[in-house]
Amino acid sequence: MSEAISRVRVPPKAAKGEVIEIRAVITHPMESGQRVNEVGQRVPRKIINRFVCSYNGVEVFAADWFPSITANPYLSFHTVATESGTLTFAWVDDDGTVYTASAKIEVS
Amino acid sequence: MLVLVSVALAQDRAPYTVGDQRSGYTYLTKELQAQQNDELGNQGMLWVERGAALWNAAAGTAAKSCATCHGDAATGMKGVRASYPKWNDALKKPIGLEQRINLCRTEQMGAPAFAWESEALLSITAYVGRQSLGLAVALPRDPRLEPYRQAGEAFYNQRRGQWQLACSYCHVEQAGQHLRGDHLSQGQTNGFPIYRLLWDGMGSVQRMFRWCNEGVRAEPYDYGSDEYIGLEIYLAERGRGLPVETPAVRR
Repeated sequence: MSEAISRVRVPPKAAKGEVIEIRAVITHPMESGQRVNEVGQRVPRKIINRFVCSYNGVEVFAADWFPSITANPYLSFHTVATESGTLTFAWVDDDGTVYTASAKIEVS
Repeated sequence: MLVLVSVALAQDRAPYTVGDQRSGYTYLTKELQAQQNDELGNQGMLWVERGAALWNAAAGTAAKSCATCHGDAATGMKGVRASYPKWNDALKKPIGLEQRINLCRTEQMGAPAFAWESEALLSITAYVGRQSLGLAVALPRDPRLEPYRQAGEAFYNQRRGQWQLACSYCHVEQAGQHLRGDHLSQGQTNGFPIYRLLWDGMGSVQRMFRWCNEGVRAEPYDYGSDEYIGLEIYLAERGRGLPVETPAVRR
């Protein structure tokens, strides 16, 4: 795909201290770098090598990714709802591109 | 009470099994079924999302979008996926949903047709198909489709390729058995376009036909060929009543 499309799901409302599930998915070929094309040339590696989720600027979840992670990767993880604000998501491509998304949460 | 609940559910969506016809969904592990049912976990929904943007994007010399004529897809496109392929008066033959979309582009919008299996065509087809989610596949009872359905049935039962295998050998006689590590389904088409794990992406029903044909080492037919449209019609009739699952998740 020419442009990455991402979707994130954060509960719009949560109670303070509640454990919330956060889910995110993005389009990406996650080319491993080990395949060859029709004429025998190696297809260059192109993967998302890092994912970071920040909660009001504080990193709450991060993951280093390697070849063999599926194309169009989906991720689910948990954090604690501490305060109202914004969660930002960043996927870092091998070529340096950073795909971002964000979602708001209201904590009462 | 239980009866009432089940009736309500039956009205809500078509069942995954009709008579002896089983959706490919019933051959999936429960984990993959959950993935398909999950609006976020189903990666096919990424294409649906892109299709929604295409639906509203003006294109071509007429500067029209799909929405200009058809309005809200949720109402205008409901049931469309369940009723294709359909007879086209101008071409005097049946056409599939992808061809219908491309005709709209070339004739109504003055825009170039999308290539088969391009992300754009898959996306818009998935988006249109999604509006029929859960509706029973039910082609119109059109006698003009009958010769194509018959040709499709003959195709299905015809040995082909170096391996001399007919579609029916696997998908009728051996459905439910294993083919090496794979689980043979009945080859129903109610979930297309599908998000296929093997492909790491979306594919139309005709891509699947070509993949199967190549699998038995037969020369695949062209996208949009009369042979494949006949096969689409036959398979839709065979699976009449199964729910539209677009975008289904399949292995």
